Amino acid sequence: MDVELRGITKRFGPVVANAGVNLEIKGGEVLGLLGENGAGKSTLMNVLCGLYHQDEGEILIDGKPVKFDGPGASIAAGIGMVHQHFMLVPVFTVAENVVLGVEPTGRFDRLDLETARAQVREINDKYGLEVNPDALIEDLPVGIQQRVEILKVLFRSADVLILDEPTAVLTPQEVDDFFEIVKSLRDAGKAIVFITHKLHEILEISDRISVLRAGRITGEGDPRQLTEEQLAEMMVGRPVSFTVDKTPATPGQPMLDIKDLVVMRDNDEIAVNHLSLTVNSGEVVGIAGVQGNGQTALVEAITGLTHTSSGAIVFDGDDITRMSVRERHRRGMAHIPEDRHKSGMIANFTIAENMVLNSYYDDEYARGAAIDWPHVSETAAAFCVDFDIRTPSVFLQAGNLSGGNQQKMVVARELERETKLVIAAQPTRGLDVGSIEYIHKRLIGSRDEGDGVLIVSSELDEIMALSDRIVVMYKGRIVAQFDNTGGKADRNAIGLAMAGATEGAAA
Amino acid sequence: MTTSIGKRELDDAGRALLNRSTRGRQDFEDLVVVPVFAVIVALILGALIMFATGVDLPTIGKSFVALAKGSVGSLSAVSETLTAAIPLVLAGLGLGLGFRAGLFNIGAEGQLLLGGTAAVVFSFTFDGLPFALLMPLSLLAGAVVGGLYASIAGILKATTGAHEVISTIMLNLISFQLLNYLLRQPFIQKEGRSDPISKSVPDAGQLPRLLDWIDPNLRVHAGLFLMLGAVALVWWLLFRSKIGFAFRASGENPDAARYAGIKSGLVIVAAMGTAGALAGLAGAAQVLGVLDRASPGFSAGIGFDAIALALLGRSHPVGILFAGLLFGGLEAGGRQMQVDAGVSIDLIAIIQALIIVFIAAPLLVRAIFPWGFRKSDNASGGSQ
Repeated sequence: MDVELRGITKRFGPVVANAGVNLEIKGGEVLGLLGENGAGKSTLMNVLCGLYHQDEGEILIDGKPVKFDGPGASIAAGIGMVHQHFMLVPVFTVAENVVLGVEPTGRFDRLDLETARAQVREINDKYGLEVNPDALIEDLPVGIQQRVEILKVLFRSADVLILDEPTAVLTPQEVDDFFEIVKSLRDAGKAIVFITHKLHEILEISDRISVLRAGRITGEGDPRQLTEEQLAEMMVGRPVSFTVDKTPATPGQPMLDIKDLVVMRDNDEIAVNHLSLTVNSGEVVGIAGVQGNGQTALVEAITGLTHTSSGAIVFDGDDITRMSVRERHRRGMAHIPEDRHKSGMIANFTIAENMVLNSYYDDEYARGAAIDWPHVSETAAAFCVDFDIRTPSVFLQAGNLSGGNQQKMVVARELERETKLVIAAQPTRGLDVGSIEYIHKRLIGSRDEGDGVLIVSSELDEIMALSDRIVVMYKGRIVAQFDNTGGKADRNAIGLAMAGATEGAAA
Repeated sequence: MTTSIGKRELDDAGRALLNRSTRGRQDFEDLVVVPVFAVIVALILGALIMFATGVDLPTIGKSFVALAKGSVGSLSAVSETLTAAIPLVLAGLGLGLGFRAGLFNIGAEGQLLLGGTAAVVFSFTFDGLPFALLMPLSLLAGAVVGGLYASIAGILKATTGAHEVISTIMLNLISFQLLNYLLRQPFIQKEGRSDPISKSVPDAGQLPRLLDWIDPNLRVHAGLFLMLGAVALVWWLLFRSKIGFAFRASGENPDAARYAGIKSGLVIVAAMGTAGALAGLAGAAQVLGVLDRASPGFSAGIGFDAIALALLGRSHPVGILFAGLLFGGLEAGGRQMQVDAGVSIDLIAIIQALIIVFIAAPLLVRAIFPWGFRKSDNASGGSQ
């Protein structure tokens, strides 16, 4: 089945999300759709899925114009989307999840799970998905859950599969397995749209690439003839440097010393399991690992947001295990939280207010019981200039900024003061290339000024680019350590450690 | 170890960022246009309800004239409007402050009752004190007791997680019965009375009437200045002070507040305490300025009306002031309506309720009056 999007324009008020986009999706082919966050990829795909209706342009299936008045119509036409965030019922089995909403029924509307299982098994075998139809979703690893999402789409006999950032949650090895599945789907004649912002992945899997920037197609081409540099330039609109310029680290005394730390989750599972780790001043330590292996709990323990069960955290020579968040902050610990929307900023507060979110009480900004707002505003303006935060005014609500500028605001707040240790969790998640470049530069800048820097990221590329030393976290423990001076750490070995292959062997 | 902050020299780019953007059209619509339309629609619907219940058109017209006359039509009407507004605004400020901190305090009624009772008891207990001491201290007693009573709910939430909606409702019920009990105690109950009613506030404890030199029936009292002072104080507290910043941060995004090292327990107790103090002050102003004594249910639902008021005023002190004046006007005008046109004062409650419904549903107002608003861009921007 071939789908053609012709001159699609979609506006949200004054904002043009898609401007005259032409896209051809062909059966038996993987189309890579590349673009930064906010480039209009999701809008375009939502138009294709019938969630939005385009203002101009038309959709043609096998040459015939179609009109979708809702998601149901596009599913009926054979278009299926695998969302970035899974939509599965954890306590249901794979088969139950797959048939949910289109259950095969027997007489008197009886649910015919036997047929469902058989059908799931059939699709399974056909595309080599290797999913047990009777397994409970909550018992399955993320990579398999994703295959269940694909099963769901295939079960609804989709011929066009839209995969929205499918590799974001996978380990490098899982990505390889996933690509095998994508290839088998393609070889079976399915049309695949693979949405991503990761350049090496799109070059590896796509048969054809379209690049979207600011709502327009800015480049198309054959992955065999394109380089990452060319793609990045199409995506960002200017040449981009991929390597973070940095000199070899000159580690000093230990800035953060974690000894035999144990942190429990609320449900009494162990999140951080007797972990020891040292970050020296003047070095960047990166924690690699698949999300959900205790990194969040570790960061919360270091920054004082969660209680520790045992072990000690020593910061610049002082035991801070029982200290308050504020005291740690005051002593020069900067914390870039992993989710800026959830905890890093307040969307309804102005930029100026957000800039002093955790230092408003400080003598610097407070006069008695009051806050010296003129001084806060001036400081915030200086930070905005310094960090190139694009805003008309510091009195604008932070929620109105783009994601990149919001994150720069958070990073500015944390780094624009006397710091000794920087804890950066997912510092560039979901950001455009330009902002990523800038934030990386500032983090390395902190290192060069003698700070200890600890980076937690699920993007291995980011860890590789920034870290002087890499540790891999798996199930709450550090399972491997790598020296990354000059970026020479073995990517493959890190990937294996992330998947738990070296458990017990190292560190 | 990044640069120290200190005073920074701003270049032109930096100074440009200090320009306050003019209030957006969106803000104007939300803060002014929606409430105005809400009031108009509520009044129209009120007329329709009267019509539906068999009131003839001339009487409906007469009742609206009476509503206007009774609220702003004469000096005495304005005096009544202001008198009704004083406790409403004070209690509304407390609730608005709580809302800003993310606390849905339903307990203003109880805090107001106990605060008012404390003010009465204090005033006749220390009867000998001069006016300059007795009146302010009686007010203070009301604020302190109201604050302490509200703190119970705050402490319960901070320590055990008990939801403040439930606990303040329960505290309301307790306060009703506690008041009945207290009013029968010999040191509180008025001599020679068998019904639960307190002794009177001595002259030196009363909030002086402001206009009795024109006409002794003009009831507006010095609580007016208390009200205006409280509006300014709450504005300063919320938008200028450190603790207010912590309140607002906790209310807007508790996770971010925790991340910023703001202690949620402290904020909860402090915000509840302040809200209760304002409600207690409302009760004190009512007994010291208008009622002269405490009796069962003397709060007359002010603590509940104040919830609506705080919502109508968008939890902003100035908004609450205007909402309070509106509600005060409706109350004063409603009495006139009953007298002149024989329309039940319950209609006023219906109109108040309708205003709240429309305020709470701005999209409904926008749908009814599309020409009052710029074309909205609801799915504004972004592809996420």
